[in-house]
Amino acid sequence: MKKTNLLSLLSSQGVVIALVLLLIFGWLRYDNFLGLFNISTVLRYNSMFALVALGMCFVIMTGGIDLSVGSTAALGSVVAALLSTQGMLIGTLGGVAAGLCIGLLNGLVIVKLRILPFIATLATMLAANGSALLLAQDQSVSVSYEGTFVNLGQGDLAYIPIPALIAVLAYVIGSVVLNFTGTGRTVLAIGGNEDASRLMGLPVDRVKFLVYALSGGLSGLAGVILASQFGAGQPIEGVGWELFAIASVVVGGTLLTGGVGSVGATLAGVMLLGLIFNVLNFENGLGWISLSAYWQSVIRGLFLLAVVILQSRLTSKERVAA
Amino acid sequence: MIVGATARVILQMGSTTSSDSQVLLSMQNIQKAFAGIPALSSAMLEVRHGEVHALIGQNGAGKSTMIKILTGYVSKDAGEVSFDGAPFAARSPQDAQAKGISTIYQEINLVPYRSITENICLGREMRRFGLLDWGAMHAEARHLLSRFNIDIDVRKPLMEFNTATQQMVAIARAIGFQAKLVIMDEPTSSLDEREVEVLFEVIRQLKSSGISVIFVSHKLDELYAVCDRVTIMRDGRTVKTADMKSISKIELVASMLGRDISQVSKHATAFGGRKGTIGETVLQVSSLGAGHKVQDVSLSVRRGEIVGLAGLLGAGRTETVRLIFGADKLQKGSLSLDNKAFSPAEPIEAIDRGVGFSSEDRKVEGIIPDMSVAENMTLALMPQLTKMGVVDVEQQRALVEKFIARLGIKCSGPGQRIRELSGGNQQKVLLARWLAMNPKLLILDEPTRGIDVGAKAEIQTIVKELADQGLAVLMISSELEEVIEGSDRVFVLREGHNVAEFAGKEISEEAVMGAMAHGGSDTKGLVA
Amino acid sequence: MSETALQRTNKDEGFKIGTFLTRNATLVALLALILFNIVFTNHFISIQTLNVNLTQVATIVIVGVGMTLVIATGGIDLSVGSLMAISGALAPLIFLGTAVKIGEIHLAVAVGMITGILAAGAFGWFNGWLITRFRIQPIIATLVLFIAGRGIAQVSTNGNLQPFKVPEFQWIGLGRWFGVPVQVIIMVILVAAAAWVLRGSLFGRQILAIGGNESAARLAGIPVARVKRWVYCISGLCSGIAGLVTIAINSSSDANLVGLGMELDAIAAVAVGGTLLSGGRATVTGTLLGALIIQLVRYTLLANGVPDDVAKLVKALLIVVAVWLQRQGRA
Repeated sequence: MKKTNLLSLLSSQGVVIALVLLLIFGWLRYDNFLGLFNISTVLRYNSMFALVALGMCFVIMTGGIDLSVGSTAALGSVVAALLSTQGMLIGTLGGVAAGLCIGLLNGLVIVKLRILPFIATLATMLAANGSALLLAQDQSVSVSYEGTFVNLGQGDLAYIPIPALIAVLAYVIGSVVLNFTGTGRTVLAIGGNEDASRLMGLPVDRVKFLVYALSGGLSGLAGVILASQFGAGQPIEGVGWELFAIASVVVGGTLLTGGVGSVGATLAGVMLLGLIFNVLNFENGLGWISLSAYWQSVIRGLFLLAVVILQSRLTSKERVAA
Repeated sequence: MIVGATARVILQMGSTTSSDSQVLLSMQNIQKAFAGIPALSSAMLEVRHGEVHALIGQNGAGKSTMIKILTGYVSKDAGEVSFDGAPFAARSPQDAQAKGISTIYQEINLVPYRSITENICLGREMRRFGLLDWGAMHAEARHLLSRFNIDIDVRKPLMEFNTATQQMVAIARAIGFQAKLVIMDEPTSSLDEREVEVLFEVIRQLKSSGISVIFVSHKLDELYAVCDRVTIMRDGRTVKTADMKSISKIELVASMLGRDISQVSKHATAFGGRKGTIGETVLQVSSLGAGHKVQDVSLSVRRGEIVGLAGLLGAGRTETVRLIFGADKLQKGSLSLDNKAFSPAEPIEAIDRGVGFSSEDRKVEGIIPDMSVAENMTLALMPQLTKMGVVDVEQQRALVEKFIARLGIKCSGPGQRIRELSGGNQQKVLLARWLAMNPKLLILDEPTRGIDVGAKAEIQTIVKELADQGLAVLMISSELEEVIEGSDRVFVLREGHNVAEFAGKEISEEAVMGAMAHGGSDTKGLVA
Repeated sequence: MSETALQRTNKDEGFKIGTFLTRNATLVALLALILFNIVFTNHFISIQTLNVNLTQVATIVIVGVGMTLVIATGGIDLSVGSLMAISGALAPLIFLGTAVKIGEIHLAVAVGMITGILAAGAFGWFNGWLITRFRIQPIIATLVLFIAGRGIAQVSTNGNLQPFKVPEFQWIGLGRWFGVPVQVIIMVILVAAAAWVLRGSLFGRQILAIGGNESAARLAGIPVARVKRWVYCISGLCSGIAGLVTIAINSSSDANLVGLGMELDAIAAVAVGGTLLSGGRATVTGTLLGALIIQLVRYTLLANGVPDDVAKLVKALLIVVAVWLQRQGRA
């Protein structure tokens, strides 16, 4: 029992511990690591991934998966860029709405046609990608610099990047929804045991539908920030975002089989994987060694491996205990 | 048709009693067929207010279908259900729950990773300002559990607690939903004695607060300890409802198995007239144990002998043979095969030593539905049929055709998909899977379950002939006559222990039923 | 799977037609497409059209062969694209003499190719080991190498583009035998071999038995873990070959790009081809047909003036319809 508890602590808090250790390491080793510029750059860039990972976290907690998030974000960025001439609000709403459409489509195909989430979202991934390219006529769409749209991605509020504020707000809301609403608890119940949830009288289909819609909407929002941050809607961005998001969620201790998950740990997972890249840059800057930036993928993969093996150990312990 | 007529009579008789104000639930003349095969043909059940009512019967008797109808999992084809004075039909489990019927399943249907509180309150959350009021929910969970004198940290995930506690949580959930009737499906199957006692205490409490309980169990002692009345089902019908006080254990078992104790039928099966001689010991099992399902089982099987393994559901029969075959992990005890030590860690090791095992669940553990008859039949033998990785199709075909002819398997040819065959023919293919490898020992778990009478007799004949030719057979069957007439020796298991062994003339329905009902110690007196 | 128990009610109507369509849909659809093109697309019947289409599907099909076997056991392999990158990165490192100097060019090419393919195979075996040893879901176990694999390829080449002009190597992507592109021949050989393995070999039966009913397979004495490891290893080897073909065509190896998105193309081909995604029923020729259909739909649309982006939407629809039909047929 003791050992299980330790493992369970590691798997739930490990990512936070690792993140703190990495921050301390960076702070001790590099100048300016915790400087305003570096922090705000890291936050600004990773806030997009954070939003996508938040939606993915909810999907995975129900035991599903959403492969369409990357191209949905790209679609969102294109729509937002196209509408940015109408002002920040219209641009943002447009991008989010585009993402929401893809999310609703996912929910529909998964809940109504009963097609595996993996395949359904693989198809919508293509569909979103095609739509984005179609709307953008196969090139980047420059955003309007006249209005306030670019501030959304590039601006600061009290030294804090606006995208980071948006992401933090989304995580706070996400955390409240997960912990303090019936819907949030139903998400976890479905992932824990879908049959039991139905028997317990929970609205399984409705909640599944909701999480895919949420994931689509958040991806759209990430796309809006992408467009605003880089000044253009990018129809071909977002390749591999889905798997990065899945990795962040898993590293955050959320079980891929569903039923266990934490919104906060997912954010920590995103930051951890994002900081690995940052630390590599600093390390190279010191000039002692020259590890190419490409090591980040290897290290991310190793992190994922460690977490996954840890989780499998944990669940097999439970199987024996039960 | 005749069944329908009699059923109608029963229905009328039933309706007179159900006007009784004591009655909470009345199910009359319930009929239900799955894909044309009747599961319930004339079933009735009546539960009074504040009563603990036992529902018993063998596998396939229709108990679980009755429960599924009550809980809205399936809908009935015909019949009448009234609950709390009004006609009742649940559209779904949640509907049944809302109307006051909650079910505690054997496999506890809660969410393991979530907290006790969530498992109790999910679906009727307490809110404050639109958000979940965790304080109130924890208090509610604690309050409900305190009725059973359980004081635990309700914030911890369910899976950190033992099965008994999890069951209490399920019951607390049911009470929280204002259940008037709680159905407990084999609630004690994974509890130890002390935990069972706690559960009984809880059941008595429910009773005293006017809640009725339907208690499904195969452990007869428990029925006497906690139930007021009992309804016995067999083959989709209700055969008897009685006061627990007025019915003896042996009568219960006899009604379940469809036996009249005074009259023992002869030759209901195709066994009998055994020829061959019984040789040296092939399998020796000593003090086998794993978990609490199998605690201490010893038995042996000799060449040319059919050994029957009898016991009620949950006695540990299947678990025992799975250990012998290496399908589950052995925790204690020892095995020997042909006087050599034998401890298979995987089925393949048992197969290599010449042991075959036909599982009780043909669909889940036997057939590979999308593969052909030929491939299903030669699955275990495949390595021998292969040269340099290539399957010798000619040899395979010859072998398969030989067994199709020998066992009389009805199929369009070796290439037909096994899923398209009838249950009996599928079973013959699985039997052939093991016969083809010429085993020393064949373990058959419910070899004739769910197949028609003709195929049943054929399979029994085949098994008999195999034993005559010198095969050692270890057979589990819930059909008493199969065990009685088919076995040269019978071991009776009860709650993970073997409680009796009978050989030759000692094997009789009274003796075996007695041991199943009372355990070994009482048996002697009963037989004498 | 857990859903099926609760949905017994709404799955009965019309599965005769469904079954017919699923069993033959891929072939019928392909023939219909070809017919359509013969009538409406100019210059459709030409060796060049054939070669263009076959060359474009070759790498997808080569990877798809391994993917079909993996899916037949009830698994999935997301790492194929990254393994292509690894093989595509290692081979030139050797035959260009960056990593080791081998004087004789033919020998260098041979060593390079074998190293690339074997490395991919070894990583594939690692996938299988993770899945069987730790009982990790295949989708997650292979996600590890999806991420780390491309990193390994990038690290080993330092992220640099490796351009080359080595005819001794590039025959695999540019050469022709009897007028047929070499990679098409490789594709046909692999498809034929895998189709034969599934039909005629012990290994094939074991794969299908595991995908069809894993617990029954185990009780019938099939070495489940060993078979699974080999299947993932084969998927790795196929990816390795596909990686070499890709870099040969491009005359350069870019670890950032080789095999990018391949996992999804391969899975789509397998799904459209009629292999059951839950395992147990698989057709390698179906995968070939599936890849050809996806390619031909795109070709048809492009040749008739429909933009590529719309073709993607059609492909998405194609996948959903194919899988949905499969569901109907299976009920």
